[in-house]
Amino acid sequence: MSDGVVSKVSVVRKALTGAQAAAEVMRQVEPDVVAAYPITPQTPIVQEFAQFVADGLVNTEMIQVESEHSALSAVVGAAMSGARAMTATSSQGLALMWEVVAIASSMRLPIVMNIVNRAISAPLNIHCDHSDAMAIRDLGWIMLFSENPQEVYHNNIVAFRIGEHPDVFLPVAVNQDGFITSHCVEAVDVFEDSFVKNFVGEYKAPYNILDFDNPISAGEWAMPSHYFEFRVDMKKAMDRSVGVIEKVFEEFYKETGVKMDFFEAYKTEDAEIVFVVMNSTAGTIRYVVDKLREKGKKVGVIKVRVYRPFVVEKFLELIPSAKFIAVMDRALSIGTTGSPLYQDITSGLFANKRIVLVNDYIYGLGGRDFTDDDAYEMYEHAEYSLKEGISGQIVYVGLNPNLLGR
Amino acid sequence: MAINLKQIAGMEAAYVKGHRMCAGCGVAVFVRELFIASKTAGVDVVIANATGCLEVTSSVYPESAWKYPWLHVAFENAPAAISGVERAYYALKAKGKIKDDRKVKFVAIGGDGASFDIGLQSLSGALERGHNILYIAYDNEAYMNTGYQRSSATPLYADTTTAPFGKKIPGKTQTRKDLFAIAVAHGIPYAATVSIYHWNDLITKIQKALTVEGPTFILSLTPCIPGWNMPVGDAVSLAKAAVETGYWPLVEYENGVYKWSSANPKQLKPIEEFLASQKRFAKLLKNPELLEKFKQDVISNYEKYKKLCGVA
Amino acid sequence: MLKVDKEIVSFSINPGGYAKGGTSLENKTGGWRSFRPVLNKEKCVNCMICWLNCPDDSIVVKDGQMLGFDYDYCKGCSLCSNVCPTKAISMVPEV
Repeated sequence: MSDGVVSKVSVVRKALTGAQAAAEVMRQVEPDVVAAYPITPQTPIVQEFAQFVADGLVNTEMIQVESEHSALSAVVGAAMSGARAMTATSSQGLALMWEVVAIASSMRLPIVMNIVNRAISAPLNIHCDHSDAMAIRDLGWIMLFSENPQEVYHNNIVAFRIGEHPDVFLPVAVNQDGFITSHCVEAVDVFEDSFVKNFVGEYKAPYNILDFDNPISAGEWAMPSHYFEFRVDMKKAMDRSVGVIEKVFEEFYKETGVKMDFFEAYKTEDAEIVFVVMNSTAGTIRYVVDKLREKGKKVGVIKVRVYRPFVVEKFLELIPSAKFIAVMDRALSIGTTGSPLYQDITSGLFANKRIVLVNDYIYGLGGRDFTDDDAYEMYEHAEYSLKEGISGQIVYVGLNPNLLGR
Repeated sequence: MAINLKQIAGMEAAYVKGHRMCAGCGVAVFVRELFIASKTAGVDVVIANATGCLEVTSSVYPESAWKYPWLHVAFENAPAAISGVERAYYALKAKGKIKDDRKVKFVAIGGDGASFDIGLQSLSGALERGHNILYIAYDNEAYMNTGYQRSSATPLYADTTTAPFGKKIPGKTQTRKDLFAIAVAHGIPYAATVSIYHWNDLITKIQKALTVEGPTFILSLTPCIPGWNMPVGDAVSLAKAAVETGYWPLVEYENGVYKWSSANPKQLKPIEEFLASQKRFAKLLKNPELLEKFKQDVISNYEKYKKLCGVA
Repeated sequence: MLKVDKEIVSFSINPGGYAKGGTSLENKTGGWRSFRPVLNKEKCVNCMICWLNCPDDSIVVKDGQMLGFDYDYCKGCSLCSNVCPTKAISMVPEV
């Protein structure tokens, strides 16, 4: 983790779940307002935080709202009032708040929201996949993904600095895998409170409605004469966030010795076959990459840490030798050529005039296990596809053969 | 805090001209009276406005008619949004980031669609949590901003575009939802019904709703010119007729006790005085049988509230 | 030529679409009027009921005296004329 830079920050190693890691940052940052509603598997985040509030460990106004729609609505109201405000959700909760998810970013409110990724109904399923987050991917939220509780912790800290930067003013969603990350205990290096407080700094709102002497009206209605510009303006803010994220990651590294990047490459320099993965499955893939390397296979993996903005140029720099990309999507886009991550990558390749074969490997929907055996099978398929010149295939990993029809 | 009109006339408007509400809009009159109440009570307000005609006509970028802090988020969530504003205010005040000592009430305002229907859950949540808010339902008895569709506040047999009075189905066949009773059932400290003609009663009640600590609720009948399909310029006189015919009883609810407002009539006028000039009731007026049922509904509501208030 | 995304740096708009309060004064609504209110000073008792009820804050009042109408904004709705207890306001067609 430390890579030459000696951290000046004192660290305590704690046993935390991903949910607790998110709550731990919330405790250290002490947002002014938190509004939340229970939903599996997000619930432990707000439960843990509610206990901090009840025990007087944080100076935060907590609003126990009656739905996720109201949770984000209250957070939007608070953020507009000059308060640092947070919430957390999953799946159906995110779906219910979708309307306000779009409004929060359009109103340029730098809210930080934890999303514990879970499948969306129907059928009802409480287990992990990324369908919930993917449904908000183009709404103007910065989206960070976390492999493990430690990354949940780091992502939550940098999230404030990114979203609240005056060049950006966009909300940030920190994603982690439902149950796999949210409920599993791992060792997490927790920084001293004062470091987190100082690093995150004071909140300065993009605008504040609570100025009675100079009142403003927020959330106006825009005619066709102005609406277009507001959308493009938001897009430009997302573009500017790239530079801000680079600087924040750099500063975080200097202070803590912890390296973060948009895409985290593992053994890709000479890799001909490259996996691309998000969240907790990255660990499994790295393990399998090591095993395959022992057999002389030129294989590597890229973990997507910053999904929005998706800076495909940075991605392409990391795969100079790639002949085949095995994109792993834990969501299934229905009615188009491939799923979200696949679309981001293939369109990026095309626009940059890079010819690489790509398949879209769909895995883990609704919490379907993904094991190292699945990864080997996926590699075999990728190797075969490269040899045969196959590309553009949607391939399912781990489907139950007993349920296949005739 | 009685109002002397002559003394306050000419005071600076907090809802300024240049807004795009219909000529003669009853809601605009209500908002004017709301601000007279807040200014004379010495209470500053922050307003969360649900999507609706008041919202769209007052906030066309880059202009705004509001001279108090104002926000709009969406249709169904003004009570949730104002909850966030209110908690933010107290959080920032506790941390010394807001220093002023002004008296503030956090106001959410929405039409009947926002209040009775799509935002009812959000309203219930905010009232239950006990925020220091005033919720105002400006009730024009249908979805007027989208073109006069039926809401749960639409009266029996009214002609709306989604429950039209046809040959087979006589408009809306259900009675109005009693939102006042629903609000009161939350155990809030203060609630009242108002009508824009009875301005003294209205302003006094809003002053109270602004000064009582905790969640308070105002239900205002605000005639809609195109929706009620009535003559321009009649908004106030129809609000008057609504009270005088018993269609709109004026009541207060304070700490568990109902109070019959003195502005209620001594003797009820015929309901036709309220219905006659509104084309949404034109077909009802030609159907004596249904009209009788309509009258019974009005009277039973009137008697219900009289009884609650302990008035014989 | 059309604008390419990369050429655009920013816009002169308020991020998130907020507006300064009270700016709708920029939008003069007097053009909506087809009838205009006219005051008969002799009948007026300065009760201020018209001022109270004007949806467009277009009754001009000074020192407790009703002076007339702000025709820049008056939409001609006739509410003032209808609520006037002394019938001091009449509506006449705009020419």
